[in-house]
Amino acid sequence: MTHPSTTGPAPVLALRDISKSFGAVRALRDVSLELFPGEVHALAGENGAGKSTLIKTLAGVHRPDAGQVLLDGQPVVFHGPGDARDAGIAVIYQEPTLFPDLSIAENIFMGRQPRRALGRIDHKATHAATLALMQRLGVELDPDRPARGLSIADQQIVEIAKALSFDARVLIMDEPTAALTGSEVARLFGVVRTLREQGAAVLFISHRLEEIFQICRRVTTLRDGAWISSELLDGMTEDDLVRRMVGRDLDELYPKQDVNPGEVALSVRRLTREGVFTDVSFDVRRGEIVGLAGLVGAGRTEVARAVFGIDRWDAGEVELDGRKLINGAPSTAMAAGLALVPEDRRAQGLVMDMSIERNIGLTGLRTTVKAGLMDRGAERSRSLDWVVKLQVKYARIADTVGTLSGGNQQKVVLAKWLATRPKVLIVDEPTRGIDVGTKAEVHRLLSELAADGVAVLMISSDLPEILGMADRVLVMHEGRLTAEIPRSDATEESVMAAATGRAAA
Amino acid sequence: MPESLTRAVRWDTVVGALLIVLLLLSFSFVDGFGNALNLSFLIGNTLPIALIALPMTLLVVSGEIDLSVASTAGLSGAVMGALWNQGMTIETIIPICLLLGVVCGLINGLLVTKLGLPSLAVTIGTLAAYRGVAQIVLGSDAVTDFPSQYLDFAAGRIGDTFIPYAFLPFLVLLAIAVVALHATPFGRSLFAIGASEEAARFAGIRVKRQKLILFTLTGLMASLTGIFWALHYASARYDNATGLELAVIAAVLLGGIDFDGGKGTLGGAIAGVFLLGALQNVMSLQDVSAQTQILVTGVLLVLSVLGPRVARQISVARAGRRAASAPVSKAPSPTS
Repeated sequence: MTHPSTTGPAPVLALRDISKSFGAVRALRDVSLELFPGEVHALAGENGAGKSTLIKTLAGVHRPDAGQVLLDGQPVVFHGPGDARDAGIAVIYQEPTLFPDLSIAENIFMGRQPRRALGRIDHKATHAATLALMQRLGVELDPDRPARGLSIADQQIVEIAKALSFDARVLIMDEPTAALTGSEVARLFGVVRTLREQGAAVLFISHRLEEIFQICRRVTTLRDGAWISSELLDGMTEDDLVRRMVGRDLDELYPKQDVNPGEVALSVRRLTREGVFTDVSFDVRRGEIVGLAGLVGAGRTEVARAVFGIDRWDAGEVELDGRKLINGAPSTAMAAGLALVPEDRRAQGLVMDMSIERNIGLTGLRTTVKAGLMDRGAERSRSLDWVVKLQVKYARIADTVGTLSGGNQQKVVLAKWLATRPKVLIVDEPTRGIDVGTKAEVHRLLSELAADGVAVLMISSDLPEILGMADRVLVMHEGRLTAEIPRSDATEESVMAAATGRAAA
Repeated sequence: MPESLTRAVRWDTVVGALLIVLLLLSFSFVDGFGNALNLSFLIGNTLPIALIALPMTLLVVSGEIDLSVASTAGLSGAVMGALWNQGMTIETIIPICLLLGVVCGLINGLLVTKLGLPSLAVTIGTLAAYRGVAQIVLGSDAVTDFPSQYLDFAAGRIGDTFIPYAFLPFLVLLAIAVVALHATPFGRSLFAIGASEEAARFAGIRVKRQKLILFTLTGLMASLTGIFWALHYASARYDNATGLELAVIAAVLLGGIDFDGGKGTLGGAIAGVFLLGALQNVMSLQDVSAQTQILVTGVLLVLSVLGPRVARQISVARAGRRAASAPVSKAPSPTS
């Protein structure tokens, strides 16, 4: 990979000894960072390391308590996000916020559309300007298409185009790849390289270390709000980076124990939901972790939802320990010993406004009951038990889960379901968007559960995770199960071939 | 251990305090307020609102609403009058009316849960429909000649005290509702449904069934209220209790039940009901004009939506200072 040698000139944007506190908590302590034109710079750190605060400082959302923000070498003070935007700084968030009913072009030029006489919007000019932006990014998207129905990847492209339309010179990308598939990531990186060659400075945040090494030239690491290092990635290994982030040597990321699978716990037979997935059959045995791989949209999540009873199936059947599950009835699936840790923890896994204790308690509404009333003591000790077992970091058990970091929220979702003592656990993207330390903990937990005889079905778009954790890999492509690959034969190539439909069924 | 709940400014406590202040001020400064007869009037006139507020609170906590309650009450009264004119005994009529209320609530619930329609729209429709049926059933007649022991029970008070007879069964119902909402798995599931229906579904909560139960209970309580109304005022007319739904919803919101669901306490809601009731009583005693009374009620309704938000923002700001100790990274939070 070639990098333009542009690190000679002055940084376009720099932070110098920035500190920021919230109450008694020092979120950032003397953090410095330099962004050069034509360079992609990684920001690494665990959840809670201060990455968010740093981004928000750059974006003008927070004002630093001490230290300077330098734009082209000149100290500046941003009084709000508008100031930062006018200075050419744009932030692309993980989940873009477009107006779904407006077209791509209208979204990009919202509030500042080119005008014709009498103040009428010049649709032609808007269309042309959008087309030009898309060409600059090397992407084909119809400017007149409504934002509704765009994939997250396409929505991010629109956000990037919008940023360019503001003449952004500094692009901050906050975990842009968290919800993207492999090919979408490749396209995004193509766009990022194009921007880099056009002289933009890009600050890139990702929990996927391989991506950092793939696209970035330098990396700045934060830990507990403090600056740890800024250095070239050339010559570093992933382990080096993890050590800087975590501050110690990390336990193995994929601590998979060998198991002898027991009898079949979950049996899915010819399950079909019209237009979504077709003729899906598989077994998961006690003690086994079965990986379910495939591209986003292949129907993996939909199968999990149907098995658990969130959606109804049109044909087929599901058995748990030899007993048939009722179609479309999560409560009976739960009672039979099935648990589903859903893909979207904020909308599906947790009630964000509810306390940690009560969120975990929601799966115990049948069990922590005495004489028809909630047994609050039992509810609390059940929640505390699991929160302690999973080492959730929290202040008070009565705090709302919204106050926790992403990784700890995910642990609460796991706690909520492990508290039901499931026989079969389905986890959908169990480590998406959580830091590498927590990720290793979740993997160890899954491995231990399997060793204890739980049957685990793990849906993941993270290939190394599938390869590292699964005893067997099932692959879905366009609503059908296209391959079943034993652990010994599973490679990135074999799984991707089946996921993209290139392999014979 | 100071819990976050007790540290926060709780709106239901504020409303309870306001009620007590209003009562104390009225006892001291408003002529005719403190005598037992007036107080029994105050309670008796507020009971219809309070009765419907019980299921309405549960409904709003779960994120739904029922605007047809007053029409259901009116329909019950009308059917009661019509059947009485037919010569049926009141002991037969009352169960029939209650059953009718169950049917009315069931229709609302099925339209909401089976067809997935928004309850606001459904119950605006049935608000008109049920009232229309009431008018067909009874026309413009007014039935007043119900058996005196029933009229006495609905309008009378215990001896010379300020307590209406009907207040006692209400207290029993209140206790049941408080326990149901705040101490049972059913109540717990309602808070989850109101705060995030999707997350509730993923936790195995039978969202549609719970809602159907709630709408049905609401219909039942509305018809009970309709029966009480007709007996209390000794008049069954098709237009009984018209507009009562707004008073109920105003009181429930004033009591701190979040219109978006998932938050509030039944104690707050009932404090809101009696705060409105007491205010109206005082204004009547002071010869405040009807228009002004409506104006005051309207302003209170706006304040009731505003107040809890302000209170919550204060507590969130306080909690925010604490929560910063568990720094949240990576939060493209949709709020803020």
